[in-house]
Amino acid sequence: MKVHPNIKFLRRDALPHGLCPGCGCGQILNYFLYAIDELKLDIDKMALVTGVGCSSRIPVYIDAYVIHGVHGRTFPIATGIKLANPEVNVVIFTGDGDCAAIGGNHFIQAARRNLDVTTILVNNRIYGMTGGQVAPTTPSDAITSTTPLGNVECPFDLCKLAEAAGATYVSRWTTAHPRSCINAIKKGIQHKGFSFIEIVSQCPTYFGRYALGFREPEQFINWLRENSVPKEKANKMSPEELRTKIVVGEFVEKRKPTLIEQYMEMEKRVRRHVNA
Amino acid sequence: MSKYNGLSGIQFLLGNHAIAEGALAAGCRYFAGYPITPASEIAERMSERMPQVGGRFIQMEDEIGSIFSVVGASLAGVKAMTATASAGYNYMQEGIGFAVTLEVPCVIVDVQRTRQDIQPTQADVMQVRWGTSGDYEIICLAPSSVQEAFDLMIEAFNFAEKYRNPVVVMCDSLISHTRGKVVIPDKINIIDRKTPKMPTEEYLPFKAEEDGVPPMSKIGDGYRVLYTMNPHDEKGRIIDVATNPDIYEKLYDRICGKILHDADKIAKYETHFLNDADIAVVSYGIEARISLDAVIKARKEGIKAANVKLTTVWPVPSRLLEDISERVKTIIVPEMNLGKYFREVQRVCRGKTRLVSMPKNRGQPHTTEEILNVIRKESR
Repeated sequence: MKVHPNIKFLRRDALPHGLCPGCGCGQILNYFLYAIDELKLDIDKMALVTGVGCSSRIPVYIDAYVIHGVHGRTFPIATGIKLANPEVNVVIFTGDGDCAAIGGNHFIQAARRNLDVTTILVNNRIYGMTGGQVAPTTPSDAITSTTPLGNVECPFDLCKLAEAAGATYVSRWTTAHPRSCINAIKKGIQHKGFSFIEIVSQCPTYFGRYALGFREPEQFINWLRENSVPKEKANKMSPEELRTKIVVGEFVEKRKPTLIEQYMEMEKRVRRHVNA
Repeated sequence: MSKYNGLSGIQFLLGNHAIAEGALAAGCRYFAGYPITPASEIAERMSERMPQVGGRFIQMEDEIGSIFSVVGASLAGVKAMTATASAGYNYMQEGIGFAVTLEVPCVIVDVQRTRQDIQPTQADVMQVRWGTSGDYEIICLAPSSVQEAFDLMIEAFNFAEKYRNPVVVMCDSLISHTRGKVVIPDKINIIDRKTPKMPTEEYLPFKAEEDGVPPMSKIGDGYRVLYTMNPHDEKGRIIDVATNPDIYEKLYDRICGKILHDADKIAKYETHFLNDADIAVVSYGIEARISLDAVIKARKEGIKAANVKLTTVWPVPSRLLEDISERVKTIIVPEMNLGKYFREVQRVCRGKTRLVSMPKNRGQPHTTEEILNVIRKESR
């Protein structure tokens, strides 16, 4: 029997998974495994931190240190791990509700501190696990379980928020861009500082049916590909033209001292003072 | 980590500084907190001391962030704590529940206060016990002096490490903002969590050993533990409660059982004049110091009164209370709240002796005279 080359990374006893047919979370799990395989990372030097929601189930299937199950608190947990042991490579898996609603303040503070962790934000633009309620990333006018007459609010642009808050690597792709997602995850993990990778993903069960009227996951993935606009092209488009589009690409890549680096500098000063 | 340059000899310390120094002496090397009066001096002291002792300090964005970063640090193998005051404690409940369920050792200081002008109170005594959702047990210690603030931080970390459970040190603004003499012991007994010795594939992170507590690995050591708040089996695998009610029941029986089974060992208390007493004053925290004064004065008047200071407030030292209820005619329970812990004393002692609640919810402790008057009245 032919097996997936990256099944070695999975907890076999956690399978089969509990995701809906056609969910993008399985793809993102796959992209992440390709990334760590290609980077030849030591999984034992990693901690995968996740919250609550569909996307927070992604690392539960990976055989590694995984912290799962409290909504929105991924960033503080990651902060504690990283400060206690800077050698640990921390990757956060979070959803749009987990990151931008309940965990919103933790998210921007971690970005501001340039905490040296990688965040993979799975943005399906709806609350999947709880039955398709409106999220902070749901487009205006979209139909959801709690906006049956259309969403009256505006969605977050989380890449812009991450950049403004101080993230030093920011990119956005969709599940319809496998290679770009893998490369972005690799880059994010290798980047020193707060890396933020948004992957716009399909929720065929709720967003697909309610907001887009699709019957098949395939329609949704095609829709993601067709509605993605590279940032270079987007720069020449009007806000009105971009209203229903997904701007993809790398938005930020810069080097700034991380929280740990700053902390270690201070410790050196303290040691000099104590020894003097 | 560099060497700990701890305090030694006789010191004159602010209560909150004694708390910080006690924690450092216990081996705490991570502090995360959010400013709140009257607990802020603990964070201030830690911000200065942690870099000196090779530990790390961070001021988080709120109390939720503080407790969860403490959990993260402890999962990475470092002894960690946070400190807050009543209103800030509300926010920490979520993280405390997480730490209980995933059996993550940590210490939380709750400096109880009223709103507005931070007067002392003991109104959180139930919130520290019952605040988070689900079934759980918590260990709570209450210092009644600055010396005890130092000593009990060491006890708190030792209990946390031994039982893999959060421990709350519950004090009040009077202890925190009093300066007092602290004698630093020459030798400090420190307990560290058990670590797994078996090969990685044999390790069951939530399977207890004989003492009811599983050994704890740390992030980075290769044991690859799934720490999930969802119901899980001994291996850490997520289970459905509907199809696995036995596993669910067993999980919480064990998490609570490891504390309840050892309740007598965890129960720390001091008794004075109990041998021939007719009346016992039972209290905790600063109230226990005042009641001792009242009991000494009552003894001078020929009244056979005793003082019982509960250093361990949770789990309830039931055996001690039962024993006292069989010895004395009256138990008086003074408290700086509407009489909350009295209900626990009632639960244990009802029907065995006369019980008198002495609530005082005025942002100040009882005076010696107030307690003495009740002792006199009950002695007639």
